[in-house]
Amino acid sequence: MSGTGAPQAQRDDPGSGTAVGSEASRVAMDAEQIARACARIAHQILEANRGAEGLVLLGIPTRGVPLAHRLATVMDQVEGVRVPVGALDVTMYRDDLRRQPTRAVGHTDLPVEVEDSTVVLVDDVLYSGRTVRAALDALGDLGRPRAVRLAVLVDRGHRELPIRADHIGSYIPTRSGEHVSVRLAELDGIDQVSIEPASGPALVGP
Amino acid sequence: MRHLLSAADLDQNQITEILDLAEEMALVQGRPVKKLPALRGRTVVNLFFEDSTRTRSSFEIAGKWLSADVINISAKGSSVSKGESLRDTVLTVAAMGVDALVIRHPASGAPWQASRWIDAHVLNAGDGTHEHPTQALLDAFTIRRHFRRTVPDQLNFHGKTVAIVGDITHSRVARSNVLLLNTLGAQVIVVAPPTLLPSGIDSWPVLVCTDLDQVIPHADIIMMLRVQRERMSGGYFPTPREYTIGYGLTRPRLQAMKPGAAICHPGPMNRGLEISADAADAANSLILDQVAAGVSVRMSVLYELLGGAE
Amino acid sequence: MSDLLIRGADLVSRGRSDLLIRNRHFAEPSEADGNADLLDADGLIALPGLVDLHTHLREPGREDAETVESGTLAAARGGFTAVLAMANTDPVTDTAEAAEHIAALGARDGRAQVVPVGAVSKGLNGVELAELGLMARSNAAVRMFSDDGHCVWDARLMRRALEYVRAFDGVIAQHAQDPQLAGTAACCHEGEISGKLGLTGWPAAAEAGIVARDVQIAELTRSRLHICHVSCAETVDVIRWAKQRGINVTAEVAPHHLALTTSEVLSYDPTYKVNPPLRPHEHVEVLREALADGTIDAVATDHAPHARHDKEHAFAEAAFGMLGLETALAVVIETMINSGLLSWPELVKRMSIMPAQIARLSDQGRPLTPGEPANVILIDPAARAVQNRDNSASLSRNNPWHGRELPDPVVATIWAGRVTYQKER
Repeated sequence: MSGTGAPQAQRDDPGSGTAVGSEASRVAMDAEQIARACARIAHQILEANRGAEGLVLLGIPTRGVPLAHRLATVMDQVEGVRVPVGALDVTMYRDDLRRQPTRAVGHTDLPVEVEDSTVVLVDDVLYSGRTVRAALDALGDLGRPRAVRLAVLVDRGHRELPIRADHIGSYIPTRSGEHVSVRLAELDGIDQVSIEPASGPALVGP
Repeated sequence: MRHLLSAADLDQNQITEILDLAEEMALVQGRPVKKLPALRGRTVVNLFFEDSTRTRSSFEIAGKWLSADVINISAKGSSVSKGESLRDTVLTVAAMGVDALVIRHPASGAPWQASRWIDAHVLNAGDGTHEHPTQALLDAFTIRRHFRRTVPDQLNFHGKTVAIVGDITHSRVARSNVLLLNTLGAQVIVVAPPTLLPSGIDSWPVLVCTDLDQVIPHADIIMMLRVQRERMSGGYFPTPREYTIGYGLTRPRLQAMKPGAAICHPGPMNRGLEISADAADAANSLILDQVAAGVSVRMSVLYELLGGAE
Repeated sequence: MSDLLIRGADLVSRGRSDLLIRNRHFAEPSEADGNADLLDADGLIALPGLVDLHTHLREPGREDAETVESGTLAAARGGFTAVLAMANTDPVTDTAEAAEHIAALGARDGRAQVVPVGAVSKGLNGVELAELGLMARSNAAVRMFSDDGHCVWDARLMRRALEYVRAFDGVIAQHAQDPQLAGTAACCHEGEISGKLGLTGWPAAAEAGIVARDVQIAELTRSRLHICHVSCAETVDVIRWAKQRGINVTAEVAPHHLALTTSEVLSYDPTYKVNPPLRPHEHVEVLREALADGTIDAVATDHAPHARHDKEHAFAEAAFGMLGLETALAVVIETMINSGLLSWPELVKRMSIMPAQIARLSDQGRPLTPGEPANVILIDPAARAVQNRDNSASLSRNNPWHGRELPDPVVATIWAGRVTYQKER
């Protein structure tokens, strides 16, 4: 099972794709693998929380939001529980605002009070950890959750902050210059995670 | 965006972005911690050469909720009367290390002149009778929300008619609104007695009418401008009574409004002069919404100016 | 003082010739002896020294902006050998003593002939006549009177002033601005731009209306009337009509009104704030034609120096006025000679002969012939330069031409036989 653990080259687990070091674009997860990952994460969340009590799923825009909705759908279908779903935009809390032209801000939608809730942050890719740090700061200004958990579809390594995910769809080792592209049907018409080769200066990732 | 001096500085996309962001900013008002860290470490100076508690505190709150350091300087009477030139005043303030200067001045053009003398971002908070772009933005924000009550995804103001009524000649709110509303695709009609229509109005992108009753049934938004009683001493109109009867939003005119139409006023109102109490408090009055919109819209503008790389 | 021999100047109507200056007058060139100083004028045109009917020298009162010395240095650089110094100094030039004081400053510090203009009303208050007669009798010999800066709005006062100066061949120069139509806040031609920019308008009617009234009064009183800084087409029409009727009216136009339009104000740069204001292009065209056909008799600079701190205010609060002495001839060459509207002899008439006549200056505007006073300038009509406001003899820097390329004609200026300016070549 994928999850936490030290990165190893060419790990043989779902979603690791072909050998690291290839220069071509490679598909790391197809639609079926993504669906299974979502189902697995949804179960893990409920298991860790011993049910749906106090849970709220907050997706980090852009693709964290449809992922959060998918998790909620699985929880509803399988467990018959309606977990509140929303979105938490973290643009204003980024630590690199001053390095780029003014960034557009996404939509924040809190279905319930954060106070005393168990907030599960949902994002597509976990990379440097800075987005999650920003999300924690944003949450802090909204209230005091009982607990905060992190669920990501892909953990691609290269953490720059002491941040780790509680639930990971797939661990995919990458080089820092490479770009991990997550496409979701709700926004991109197709479900796919692919890795594209380095094409320019490495951007600070999520 | 380096400066916001004129409503004409913004195209439709920029306006939409600012208004969308203002919607997000409006949520901050309801939170326990009314703070976003985006402008932390930035210094904003409100340099007001003209009294204005409302606009100034609106900018002050907007800056503070974005975690900026906000300083208020009342420069009233500090230029001509004390012999200090506008340039010296502006340079002195800027020399203290300021990221943005929010300027309100009784003389048209002062923010443009200031922007040529300093490196900081300049935001026009009202210059003479010329422009007041953030007012036009908050008016557009309020009007857009009103339109979205019936058409939830209303993007712009195509097909809508906005009437601006009152002392157009001396109104910076009118000038900025004419520009912004046109950018958003609205048809603008200005209504005033001939003495309160500025020279060259025929070259503005507006219809001009001196008969308010002709315009009322067609307007989706009626924006009443404050008329100053002092204008009487300039002989612009003979008596307040005659002004009200000819150009005031009286009760009969309120009732003649199109279904779904709404009323705006930038404030402060002269109840009984340009706007009747009935109209000011009517169900379709957006006046309080306009006031509430001020902080969110100004937060949005400050973020657009200061929230990214220099 | 030794003789000065100017070699090979183009005398326009008389072809190329030498000019000999001896004892402040021209002498027969053939009388030159070997000891004369030489000035090579090959390729240069010689013109009579220019006369400015309308200059603000600011002394006494605002010596930080300009003095008689710096102002006349600027005048010399511009090719002027005489300037009429307007009365709105501090104190106002409304007494014989004040007029003589300015004349004395001119004699001591001036690089050109300085002739004080007397105020029409005491303290420019527009109410009571100033001591016009005493000023005329003083050794300043004041002949031109003006409340410039302010309009003589009271029709009765205007009538009295016009009548009164007839006794000594004086002329009243009116700054035409109806205060009820264009008050002190009026700062931009009333039209599209003033409406858009939120600046108080200054309608043409405020000028033409006063001129229409004043030419009637001039006719009634059979007196000499002069109109300062004509700025709009409407005023030109009135003056043309008045002249046709034989009314004794003359008029001047400023160089900036021949070249700059109200569009300059779009930047809110107070350098372009002037009274009367810059007008739209249609007016500029009419003014040029009027100067060409003589409806407007003279070019006068309205040189208005201002300290930087008086200009660096918001537009509506800044002082009115532009520098003009150093650039006047350049602008007239550019707009009138180079466009073919004026010939060189006509330019001489507008910038030297007529101004001297209007001001009754017997030594100025004279032909460059033996026996006449030696007031002459040498110019290179083809030279051009980019204007730099810091390169100026004036103490002030409100130069509207900064950064623009203009002719740079003046090579030498000679006033009463002495070289007051010579360009380094």
